[in-house]
Amino acid sequence: MSLEVNSGTFSYQKGHPVLMDVSFSAEPGEVVAILGPNGAGKTTLLKCMLGFLPWEKGYTSINGKKLKDWKRSDLWKHISYVPQAREPAFSYRTEDMVLLGRSPYLGNFASPGKKDLEIAMRAMELAGISHLKGKSCSQISGGELQLVLIARALASEPGLMVLDEPESGLDFRNQLVVLELLKRLSQEEGLTIIINTHYPDHALRIADHSFLLYGSNMHLFGKTEYILTSDHMQSAFKVDIAVQKEVIEGQEYPTVIPLRLLEK
Amino acid sequence: MNVRRRFFIWILVMAGAILVCSVAALCLGQFRISLSAVIQELFGPGPEGVKDNVHTVLFNIRIPRILMALAAGAGLASSGAAFQSLFANPLATPDTLGVANGASFGASLGILLGGGSVTVQLLALIFGACAVLLVFLVTRRMGQRQGSVLMIVLAGLVISSLFSALVSLVKYIADPQDVLPVITFWLLGRFSGITKASMLFGIPLILLGTLIVFFLRFRLNVLSLSEDEARSLGVNLKLIRILVIAAASMTTASVVSVCGVIGWVGLLIPHISRMLFGNDNRYVVPSSILSGALFMVIVDTLARCVTASEIPVSIVTAIIGAPVFILLLRKTGGIHL
Repeated sequence: MSLEVNSGTFSYQKGHPVLMDVSFSAEPGEVVAILGPNGAGKTTLLKCMLGFLPWEKGYTSINGKKLKDWKRSDLWKHISYVPQAREPAFSYRTEDMVLLGRSPYLGNFASPGKKDLEIAMRAMELAGISHLKGKSCSQISGGELQLVLIARALASEPGLMVLDEPESGLDFRNQLVVLELLKRLSQEEGLTIIINTHYPDHALRIADHSFLLYGSNMHLFGKTEYILTSDHMQSAFKVDIAVQKEVIEGQEYPTVIPLRLLEK
Repeated sequence: MNVRRRFFIWILVMAGAILVCSVAALCLGQFRISLSAVIQELFGPGPEGVKDNVHTVLFNIRIPRILMALAAGAGLASSGAAFQSLFANPLATPDTLGVANGASFGASLGILLGGGSVTVQLLALIFGACAVLLVFLVTRRMGQRQGSVLMIVLAGLVISSLFSALVSLVKYIADPQDVLPVITFWLLGRFSGITKASMLFGIPLILLGTLIVFFLRFRLNVLSLSEDEARSLGVNLKLIRILVIAAASMTTASVVSVCGVIGWVGLLIPHISRMLFGNDNRYVVPSSILSGALFMVIVDTLARCVTASEIPVSIVTAIIGAPVFILLLRKTGGIHL
């Protein structure tokens, strides 16, 4: 699936746009990362992009069809959204949580059947969390909960997945687990993946394209290695930054090293 | 044993217990009827043309009363479960939006004006509906993010206390010699004086509301997630919220209009179900419907058998409910899976 945002503008208060004339696109099977300092409007961008908040100007289109022309139930069979992992008010068993991903396929008065259960189980396998079956979402770690939410998104068999900071607050290992899973899903399952992230290293590692949001309505979009240069990041984050490339076992690993704070 | 198996066994046990307790309730009371006489009356050909005391007590008093208790218990418990999910709040009860207070005001007004049982019931239903409509109206006027759950709860709180004040006003005006005791007793809930007519008035609406909640049970799981999350699961949030509120309010207003205010059931029973099966509403709702019905029949039978005069239902629900709840809490360590 492909997604395009075309000169989107949004403001919470009239006359003070948070996002202005934002454009970017994600092609089938690509990973696109959205980066920017706190308060630059990353989460707002996700919300507008998915129609949770209305664009003032501009539009989102999915597979060339404008978001508002999609039927609600059809749309959410094709795209799915993974929010930041947060324990829900009522915690469900992990497999029941994943099963909720089947909701777009079920009528209001319907309950999931055998086929839905099988698909949910497969989604858990794909996310590598079959061993969590039977546990409550309140009894597992933050990293595991994030994987449960990803499995829930996979259960709706989407072509495009949008994730809000999926690897924030996770330890080293779990960060890698999430990143590798996303990379694998895009390469092997052909999923288009869009993530918000605070880590340039992560974008450099898995994202084909990146979208860098600056504080004041400035943004850049293009191939990750051209966007996440030390110059660009210095002006976006107001931090002196060096981008180093380590070659380990024949593989190149870009690392971002923050050196010192710059005057605002 | 896995949850599904446990759940199905529990459903069978509850259904059996409801049958046994209902038959026992038919026999027990100030006027004892033997089991064989009950079976004879229910299934036997019965003496043609002759309507003896047993027949009258069974068909005009006990059967309407027991059916009403079953329906009220099932309805209040499922409404409670539905509101807890809708508001993502374990403390929500069927009264969270002020329906019960609205209906109470309607009923006390009816009693104050000296209306018959039909007038009282109708007024209760009308003011119960008024309370919900007012909540929607207030919500629409509050801020831009109209329809957000917190706004609905706040509006409910306001409307609820408004009607609660109006009930107090009616009680203040009412004649303390004869009218006030009727209102007070009514506000504590009772199944006495339920006739075939009032049963037929209340049960269809209660059943309809309960059925809607029953069929929405999988959607209820989505409702307790965050708003964007629920929307991203392809759910028409606005429609489902309105459906749940309408169904639960209809049930609650109908129960209050026929039986008065019955506390505790809507909070206690869903939580017992949660402790047994976890929070998945595919288990919580059916389990609440059956356990609510069973609990109410037992409570009503106790209310009319323990002493010569009847004890108000809400007093019994609290006296039995509190210890049972604490016992379960200690045994299961709260909500677990």
